[in-house]
Formats: sequence, C-alpha cells, structure tokens
Amino acid sequence: MQELQDIVAKAQAAVESAQDLQQVDAIRVQYLGKKGEITEFLKQLNNLPAAEKPQAGKAVNVAKQTLQQAVQARTILLKEQQLQAELEAQAIDVTLPGKGQNMGSLHPITRTMQRVSDYFSKLGFDIAEGPEIEDEYHNFEALNIPETHPARAMCDTFYFPDGKLLRTHTSPVQIRVMQNLEPPMRVIAPGRVYRCDYDLTHAPMFHQLEGLMVDETVTFVDLKGILTDFLQHFFETDLPVRFRASYFPFTEPSAEADIACVYCDGQGCRVCSHTGWLEVLGCGMVHPNVFKHCDIDSEKYLGFAFGMGIERLAMLRYQINDLRIFFENDVRFLEQFK
Amino acid sequence: MKFSEQWLREWVNPTMTREALSEELSMVGLEVDHIAPVAGVFKQVLVGHVKSVEPHPDADRLRVCQVDVGARELLNIVCGGANVRVDLNVAVAVVGAELNQEFKIRETKLRGVLSQGMICSSSELGLAETSEGIMELPTDAPVGKDVRDYLQLADYTLSIDLTPNRGDCLSIAGIAREVAAITDTQTTPIKIKKIAANSKAIFPVQVKASEDCPRYVGRVLEGIDANAPSPMWLQERLRRSDIRSINVVVDVTNYVMLELGQPMHAFDLERLQGAIIVRRAQAKETLTLLDEKAITLTPEDLVICDEKGPLALAGVMGGKDSGIDERCTTTKIFLESAFFDPVRVGVRARAHGLQTDSSYRFERGVDPQLQVDAIERATALLLEIAGGQAGPVIEVANKKALPAPLEIVLRPERIKRVLGFVVDDEKIESVLTHLGMHLKSHKVGWKVTVPNYRFDIQLEIDLIEEVVRVYGYARLPEHEPNARLDASDIPETVLSLRRIKQVLVDSGYQEAVTYSFVDQKIQGLLTPDEEPLTLVNPITSELTVMRNTLWPGLLKTLLHNRARQQERLRLFEAGLCFRGQGDALQQERVLAGLVTGNAYPEQWGMCDEAVDFFHVKGDLERLFAMTGHSHEYEWRKCEHSALHPGRSAEIWGNDEQIGYLGAIHPRITQKLKINQEIFLFQLSLSILEKVGVPEFKELSKFPAIRRDIAIVVDKSITAAKIRQKVLEISGNLVKNVQLFDVYSGAGIAEEQRSLALGLTLQHPDKTLVDDEVNTVIERIVSSLKQEFNATLRN
Repeated sequence: MQELQDIVAKAQAAVESAQDLQQVDAIRVQYLGKKGEITEFLKQLNNLPAAEKPQAGKAVNVAKQTLQQAVQARTILLKEQQLQAELEAQAIDVTLPGKGQNMGSLHPITRTMQRVSDYFSKLGFDIAEGPEIEDEYHNFEALNIPETHPARAMCDTFYFPDGKLLRTHTSPVQIRVMQNLEPPMRVIAPGRVYRCDYDLTHAPMFHQLEGLMVDETVTFVDLKGILTDFLQHFFETDLPVRFRASYFPFTEPSAEADIACVYCDGQGCRVCSHTGWLEVLGCGMVHPNVFKHCDIDSEKYLGFAFGMGIERLAMLRYQINDLRIFFENDVRFLEQFK
Repeated sequence: MKFSEQWLREWVNPTMTREALSEELSMVGLEVDHIAPVAGVFKQVLVGHVKSVEPHPDADRLRVCQVDVGARELLNIVCGGANVRVDLNVAVAVVGAELNQEFKIRETKLRGVLSQGMICSSSELGLAETSEGIMELPTDAPVGKDVRDYLQLADYTLSIDLTPNRGDCLSIAGIAREVAAITDTQTTPIKIKKIAANSKAIFPVQVKASEDCPRYVGRVLEGIDANAPSPMWLQERLRRSDIRSINVVVDVTNYVMLELGQPMHAFDLERLQGAIIVRRAQAKETLTLLDEKAITLTPEDLVICDEKGPLALAGVMGGKDSGIDERCTTTKIFLESAFFDPVRVGVRARAHGLQTDSSYRFERGVDPQLQVDAIERATALLLEIAGGQAGPVIEVANKKALPAPLEIVLRPERIKRVLGFVVDDEKIESVLTHLGMHLKSHKVGWKVTVPNYRFDIQLEIDLIEEVVRVYGYARLPEHEPNARLDASDIPETVLSLRRIKQVLVDSGYQEAVTYSFVDQKIQGLLTPDEEPLTLVNPITSELTVMRNTLWPGLLKTLLHNRARQQERLRLFEAGLCFRGQGDALQQERVLAGLVTGNAYPEQWGMCDEAVDFFHVKGDLERLFAMTGHSHEYEWRKCEHSALHPGRSAEIWGNDEQIGYLGAIHPRITQKLKINQEIFLFQLSLSILEKVGVPEFKELSKFPAIRRDIAIVVDKSITAAKIRQKVLEISGNLVKNVQLFDVYSGAGIAEEQRSLALGLTLQHPDKTLVDDEVNTVIERIVSSLKQEFNATLRN
C-alpha cells in the first residue's frame, strides 16, 4: 500500500505542476485511464485474498477519488486562468472617445423663448403668430399710435417702397388675435422684430415675446402678480421685482418691470449702472382705444398686455455680454447651449 | 430734460436727498437716467483780476500776468491763454489748489519765470468738455471769492428721459409740479409780474392760419443792449441744461423755455418789414434757417412771415436773416410767444428732418394758456439785464381753435375694477388736485377738469393711471389672475416646430439665427431670377433685401465660421422667407440647413468621409418619418439655380413640393472662394407640420422570409422606380424592400449598375412555403426584366 500512496503523492504533485489542461488530462490518463497506474491497482484487487480485499479496495478508491478531485480542482483553476488571460487580452481602453455624431444645439434665443413660452403655456396661454412684414394699421394705428403721434419717433422703422414695414414690435399680433377671437383670451406671441438701430446694445433685428390676457376680471394687480411670478420662475430665484410707471401708447396704465440686478444681487454694479435694477419688460392694461379697434367692449372686458426682449433675458440668464454675438452664429458660441 | 437740481429746489424743495428724489421720479414715470455734478472736483480756485500782462522773455506763447486775488500781494502767474488781457476777471487756481483731485498747484518756474498759480480754462474746471483759452468771468465778479461759491457749483444736474406723453414736464415748472404731487409738498412758483408798457411801440400781427396758430403773443422791446453779457447765473443755468449761451436776448428766451416750458423766438425788428404774418407757406417759397440750412416750403408748412416773405418755420426754427445772432447790434426786438398746433409742428419738423428744443416741446404740447405769462417773464428779465423799454403786449387769439378744457367723469368703482385694488377717495382727490385737476362731486364719482397742459389726459383711464402712478405701483399688492380652466388644444395632426428642431439638434445640427435682410450680392447668386424685396432704409449697404430663401444667411454663417477654422458645419435655421411683391407678397415659414465638411466629427477608428447627399437625405428622412407618411415623399431630380443639377432633388410630399436638397452649384462655391462641397436644404414648414395620427395594423403571427436578389440595370433607372415596381408586383406579400448594396465597376457594363435588394415576405394568415415565395420572386424578376431590362446578377 505504501506503493499506492507514493503513486498518489507523485500524481498529485504532477497535477499541481501541470500548466495547461492538456497536461492535466495526460496525467489523468496516466493514472486513472484504462491502463492507468491506479486503475491497475483496481484490476489487481481480484488477486488479493478475500480478507484483504475490502481494505485494499477502500484504499484504492480513496486514492482514485483524491486524484480525481485534484484533477478537477486543477482543471477549474486552469480554465479560470485561461478565461482571465482571454479577458485581459480583450480589454479595451475605456477612456478612448465614443463614436458617432455629436450632439447639436438650440440657439440660446430659441432656448430662452421656449422657457418663457413654457411658463405661459402652463397657465393656459396659447401661442399666436403674425406676419413680420406688417402694415401701418396693425403696427401703429390700431395700437393707438396715429401717424402724427410723437411716439412714432420711438420706433425707428424699416419701410418698403409700397408703405409696408417690418414690424417694430410683436404687438400687432395682439390686434390680429383680438380681431379674430372672442374674449376671454390668453395668448403669447413670440417672434422677430426690427428697428433701424445698430450699435453695441442695439441690433436691427431682435426677438420679443408679447403676452395678452383679456377677460371680465383682469386687473392691474393680476398683471403685477403674473409677471413677478414669471420673472422669479425664469431666473429660478425669488428675486425682487419692481414696477415703474412708464408710457406705451397701447396700454394705460403702463409700467416697466425691473428685476434686482442678477450680477450684483441688487447691490449696484457696472451692468445695472449702479442702480441695482435691470429693466426687463414693459406692460400695462390694454388701452380702450385699442379695444375699440378690435370691437371689444372696454366697459365689459379688461385686459393686460406685456412684452419682453428675448435677447435681454438670455443675456441676463446666461451672462452673455455682447448682443451682436447672437447673430454671428459662431459655432463655438452655439455649442455652449447644448 | 436736463436741469440743475438747485434750480428745481427753488421751486419745490422736499426734504429728501437727490438720490431718493430721483428714485421717486423714476418710479412715477419720469426716469432719471443720469445724475452728475455740474463741475469738476477742485478747491482753492479764486476769482482774480488781471492787473498787467507782459510777454514772457523766453516763450512766444506765454504771458506773465500780475493777478489780484484779494490777497495783500499780487500773484505773478505765467499764462498760455491767448485771451488773457488786462482788467479781465479770471479763475485762478492759487498755490495749494487741487484740480481733479490729483493735480496740485505749486509755486514753480515756467521757462525761468516764477508762476504762483494757474489761470484756468472752463474745461480745466470741468465746466465744459472742451474750451478755447481761459475762462472769462463777468466784470462784477467779486475778486478773491471762491469760484465754487461764486458760481454756486455745489449742484448736480438731473437728466430725465421723458416719455413722449409728458410734454408738460419739459420745464422746471412742470417737473416741480410733479415733484410736489409725489412728495405731497407745495411748489413756490416764481411770481410773474405784469410789465406795464413804457413805450408805445407795437408791430402789427396778422394770423391768417388761426387753426394752426390759435394764439400769437408778441411784444416790441426798444433800446435794449443786445450785446449786454448774460449774467453768470443765467449762463450757468443754461449750461447745466446743455444750452449754449449766445447773447442776452436768445439766452433769456431759452431761459424762459426751460423755466416755464414756452418756446419763444426773438426777431430783429430792424430787419422786419410791415407786419408779422402767420400763414401757410406758398409752394416753392424758401427759407434759410438759423443753422444755415435752406429749406423749400410747401403749403403744409406754417410760417411766420413779414411782408417780404418767410422769417421762421413756426415752432421749429427761426430764419438766419431775421434773428438775433451772436454779433447783433440791434436795439429793437420783437418777441414771439405763441401756441401752435402740436401736430402741425411735429409733422412739419419731421418732414424737414428737423428737431429743435422748440419743436420737441410744441409737438408734445405746450400749455395754451402760457403765452402771455411767458412774454411777461421774458420782458422782465430782458429789461433788468439789457435795459430798454417794453411796448404793450400784442395778442391775437382764436378761442375756438384753442384746446377746450376737458371734463372727465371718474368712477371709483372703475378704478377698483381696473386696478383690482381700492385707493381711498381722499388719496384720489389729493393726487389729482396736486396735479392741477379740479374735482367736483358727481353722481357716480367725480367730474374732473383737466388742466390744458395735460395733453395726455383724454379718458377716464388716463386719470386712473395718474392716480395709481402717483399712489405708487410699489404699494399695490400682487395677485395671481383668476381664469377659467379652459385648456389649450393638443393637436396630434401637427408636428411642432419644437420637435422638428429637436430631431435636428439630436442629429448633430446647430441652430443659427440670421438676419432676415441679407446681402443682395449673395442672394443674387442663389436666386438670380427672383426680384428681391428691397428696404427703403436699410441699416447697411450689405443688408438691403429681404431673404427669399434662408440660404444667404447660412452661407454667411459658413464664411464667418470658416474664417475661424471651423470647417465642419451642420447648421439649420427656421424662419420666414419673403417672396413676391405687393399684394402677392408671401411670408413663408421654412426650415433650412447647411451641411459641409466631414460626415462625422473626427474620430478614431473611422476614415474621414466627406458628407454626401445621402447623409443629409438620411437626416431629412428621419424628419419625414415623424410625419407618419414618409413613404409618400418623393425625391425628384431638380433644376434650381443655386444647386448642382446632378446632385440635387426636389422633395415632394402628397403632390405638394415641400422643398429642396442638394449640393450648392460649383459656380457659386467658386465665387464664394470655398473649395469644399456644401449641401443645402430648405423645406416648407407648413407642409412638414402636417402629420397623420398613427393607425394600428394587426401584426402577422406567421414567420417572415427574407430573399435577397441582385439585379443589373441601366443607371438611368432610379432606385425608387424599382422599389415601386417590386411592391406593385408582389401583391401585399413583400413587406419590406431593403436596398443593401449599390455597385458599379468591374464586371458590370459602364452604363449599368447592380442593385442588391433584400425582400421580406410575410403572409397575414399563413406560413409561406418555398414554392409560393419562389413564384413571387420569379414574377418580380421577370417584370423587372420586362419593364427595365434588368437582369439578375450571377
């Protein structure tokens, strides 16, 4: 039996040192195969006296099992090692850049317009549009700006030879809406507007968003409420908002709304000319003369209207310091608004 | 309106700082946009009297002066001012003086001569932007007095950006009235004294256009010294309102305009003939204005004439030949103080391209009751400063044409309804009274008489604004509006522009926003056959025409970016393009794009591949897929002057042309000096937005079978025709035709190509067997042979 133990020890050592599955299999065949060394012991059990048979048989079986376990363990280990090696070989540099198309970007004017529209859409305002080449009636007269009015000089208007003009504000859309719908109504009108003015802070084309609400119980404090709420939502902070008296021919009373300067928190800085306030929109109650042009009874209905410059809001929101950059469309600028 | 704070405080003096007052004014609609000190920062600058002037021994341009500044000894000062002379009163910065905080005056030697101070110019004292020579002070300036005290320079100017409705605030009197109302204080207006005539001199006045000139007030002043210097206080007040001192007569008329708001004019009576005639001009009459500009008049113009002809454009500007100019030697003047129709003045001033302090005020409305007071005030000032005798006041008025006092009913209930807030009756009455209104009780509220100078108050709502404005917007609460919960439509048959833009953004496009007016040269290259819509007054010579396609703006964007080393561009823009003229004008909403450079951003593991037609077509097909009827889109070869005839397509959907896609014509890239292929597309949004609501179709439970065939056909047979034929022949069995290869080259005849099609067949109700599939495929192959002479590729 010492012989058997020696064989097992030798076989075990061989298994342990086997470097690949083939070697392990060769060792298995050498000891446990049909003509294997341990198999031979089994075959020889018949030649033993009956009394020795059980003990010898047991010993051979133990030897066989021991070796089988060793082979199995070694096989698993080598298979695992092989897999590890394969995985290692398949490894990639996960820091290499991904493939395919880049993400594009919406123009910051559109992005801003969408945020403003979203606010008012949630309050049930519909979106209206109007032509950009307008007539004097819709751009001026119906808005209570007769030809002789000094306020005409407020708008530097682009004209065409036939007397048509590029709208100087989105307010003519108000007229078109009120002439076509019945109150109550809630609409916003975003769009391009044009003024004959070009310097550091003026572009000949820019964007406005106009709002209009007409109903039987619309009031000036409602206007204050909705615009304060809007500005605080837009800037996502409860910033102070104030309303100053102003003048627009198509609203009465009229106001301009200022927000506390977003650059200095209202402390006063270069951007707000050290006032702590930034003007962001104009608004007021719809003038009875405007209602008259639209056949709306101003005794029965009241309305408010407001208008804001989209570039202005975008500049404040995204800290853009140059108006003209909006229309250069430098892709290095555009890609910052993904 | 720019004015001295001191002056205003003589009229109304609320106990508040200038900053607080300015804030209050801004809040009520008189926006103070600038506050500035009236002089630079300096100290120890004294009034001096020049006793002697000697040439400097070593410098031609310098003089050596002995100057009395009230001290025991005269100062020896070297001065470079060409106007320095004996007996002149000057401003002397004495030793120890500081100018602008940094410049300190010390005793020094200038070219070897002792200088014990500096004689200052007005710009050195921050009293003017620029100045020539040294500042000359009046002969009665008290020698030795601090200039800061003498000129009362502890003052600030306030600049108010007035809205066009507030003509009544274009004077100290008007601003003071407003300040009194908002601060609940009282004004102390100057007393207007009636100056009794001490001469009998009159000049006839005939008003022939009394609708245009409802009131004309004139007065003859004789024996005045038009060359008398304006006193320093008068010059300073004008300077603080940015008005240049001309001579005493002009200065006084300007002063009264600033003080009371009445523009005035003074004529040299010695140059007038016969009478003052206020009339419409005759066609082709001409007038040379004070600023030397000659204008040709029309019968629309209101003019002040004498018997010879026009002297002044009424309310706008006087003529060169009848005014009191800088070197006037006259002793007889005729003062004019009139009320002209605001519209007439405004319209005619604009027609002649003029805007003056006078027309600016008349156009916004001058108080029609002010003319006599103004002429009395001007007379008093002139007699005091320039001597002389005044004739009687001449007044011609057409009472019917003067604005009638307006009475408006004001209902407290209406105030509450408009504001959503109750203002106390007492407050309402006090605000309106302060603003010069008279209130009488009325059965529904008040009957309010509006003063004549408030041209902006016509309706009840205007009174409501006055109430709430002065009450203070800030004191009103904020309230969320109440409205019925009526929801907006959520149409599913409209593809929103927002969604369309998002698809492009997700496909790597950047949105551009370009001007709607474009360079005629670039647009002319693209659409040479279309007459562009031209602006009368373009902002620059490069932006003269309205775009009739969005491509010029996108090409300009390309040029801008290429100049900044950005060669791969994927841009889109949505907006209007303008086509046709007059009544045929169309403002069409379109979506356009420009793609150039590599198809993909530079990346590893992929060869650089220039973008081609099909990359962009793929992007557009994704858009069309969202419409739910993408199979209806047709791509037809096209002819567009801007596009490469072999690499462009018209896109049709539902028998409407939806737009174009193509490579820009090489002729154009050459002209723009670009050497890479550029693809452009433009689609009509109104068509693209029309979409179908999805309709569910049963899914087949039976397996699909795929068969691939490759056919060889002439290149002139389009893929679309073959695809259409295959679908037509197969009945409904072919569910999908996938074109998976296009080949031409070795093994295929020159004028032919091979198209490999993957056909997916499926029956709704049963499993297809091989025989059935083979029959269909054979039918397809034979009909392609018959129709297009296509052969199977082996």
